Amino acid sequence: MSQIVCENLSFGYGSNLLAENLNFSVNAGDYLCVIGENGSGKSTLIKILLGLKAPDSGRIILNGIAKNELGYLPQQTEMQKDFPASVYEVVISGCQGRCGLRPFYNRNEKNLAREAMNKMNIQNLAGKCYRELSGGQQQRVLLARAFCASRKAIILDEPVAGLDYESSHEMYRIIHDMNHNGMTIIMISHDTEEALRHSTHVLRMTRNMNEKIFFGSKEEFLNHDC
Amino acid sequence: MGVIIAVCSSLLGGTLVLRRFSFIGDGLSHVAFGAMSVAAVMNLTGNMTFVLIITIICAVLLLRTGKNSGIKGDAAVAMISVSSLAFGYMIMNIFSASSNLSGDVCSTLFGSTSILTLTVNEVYLSVGLSLAVVITFVFFYNKIFAVTFDEDFARASGVNAGACNLLVAVITAAVIVLSMNLVGSLLISALIIFPALSAMRVFRSFLSVTLCSVILSVICAATGIIISVLAGTPVGSTIVTADAAAFIIFYIGGKFIS
Ligand SMILES: Nc1ncnc2c1ncn2[C@@H]1O[C@H](COP(=O)(O)OP(=O)(O)O)[C@@H](O)[C@H]1O
Ligand SMILES: [Mg+2]
Repeated sequence: MSQIVCENLSFGYGSNLLAENLNFSVNAGDYLCVIGENGSGKSTLIKILLGLKAPDSGRIILNGIAKNELGYLPQQTEMQKDFPASVYEVVISGCQGRCGLRPFYNRNEKNLAREAMNKMNIQNLAGKCYRELSGGQQQRVLLARAFCASRKAIILDEPVAGLDYESSHEMYRIIHDMNHNGMTIIMISHDTEEALRHSTHVLRMTRNMNEKIFFGSKEEFLNHDC
Repeated sequence: MGVIIAVCSSLLGGTLVLRRFSFIGDGLSHVAFGAMSVAAVMNLTGNMTFVLIITIICAVLLLRTGKNSGIKGDAAVAMISVSSLAFGYMIMNIFSASSNLSGDVCSTLFGSTSILTLTVNEVYLSVGLSLAVVITFVFFYNKIFAVTFDEDFARASGVNAGACNLLVAVITAAVIVLSMNLVGSLLISALIIFPALSAMRVFRSFLSVTLCSVILSVICAATGIIISVLAGTPVGSTIVTADAAAFIIFYIGGKFIS
């Protein structure tokens, strides 16, 4: 059964319509790659999936996964640049969604944060200041935070934007590894070639509303393209 | 008493600065001034309670308008704060029974030695309110951090960010009403913001910044009060001067470290 289903989704900002009647579904364990030029609405689609923004029409159906079990790695923002926060503080804040009204983190959550940092190979950075890390290290911290928030599905918005070859490669490796362990991945990427290497499905958004949005398996996409 | 208020006022500094919310604190302090004048004129007995309620309502309203309406957040704040300042002064002018009007206005704006002349009830209320602020902050510390660092992520992972923002607004309002007694409404922003700015120059994690601002704020308040008693300077401005001096020291210290 599909884990995430988008039914007749239409969305945009005011009169600026970005997508109309979009239909697609993601099964547990899928690796969906979302591509499309800048401004085609990829980030907006993700905000809708996460419930941060309401669609104009249509709906999202989640099966066997709660709304707060979607991990999220946001597109980088200026805001976080001058923020005084240690790596550990950022990573464990991913557990906050499970806390409810409980004020402090319990042992399980602390262990989970450690495990996430080990997985992303940042355990030795725990006490370091987030804003003083390299771009690649910062992205791994945010990925660890997303991992704390969810063991079932992670949504990533341009995780390798601005990273050098080495760090991008490491990010892709970690993401692939998580997918291998059964995690559903939805990833926005610019680097079509590299992203297609590991993905199972492709969604291509377009800025031109007359052009059809493509959704299908990777094989269908490759055949369709050539 | 001054020290307890110093603790409260510095707690939220980091959050407000980092979320570019410092202007809300500033706006609210003007609202508190307006409310204070009204209360003074009407000779309300529950002076502080009245001011507190008005300020909390305005805090909630400001947060709302900043988000939804067409008027931009800071424009809305400017509008509300300037009008309540003008309104407050006008009311005091028209209705005040006091013969020493400019003295009254001056002490509301810059604080007075009134910290020593509070009624017993007001002291109880202040202490109670301070404790409530500290306890609430500690209780919601991790949530406030999560929402401050990345509101979208916090929301997506199931934190009730709206409620958290509301909480921050209400605590800010409470802190402002408390600090009115200590430094007066014009200088409140300094009391809230300076310790956090100083701490951020030197420390690198949210917890250490928060702790450092509290300690710094307490030291500055204590120093300020002692100096003002010894030298006969106004309490509020002496404390803020101490905060400013601390900022300069931390600024230079920060340069040396990095
Ligand atoms: N908060 C917003 N308000 C209004 N328009 C927006 C907002 N965010 C993005 N847009 C517009 O929506 C379009 C799609 O943005 P986005 O989803 O970020 O695209 P992508 O991530 O594919 O580059 C862009 O044209 C952008 O200008
Ligand atoms: Mg984007």
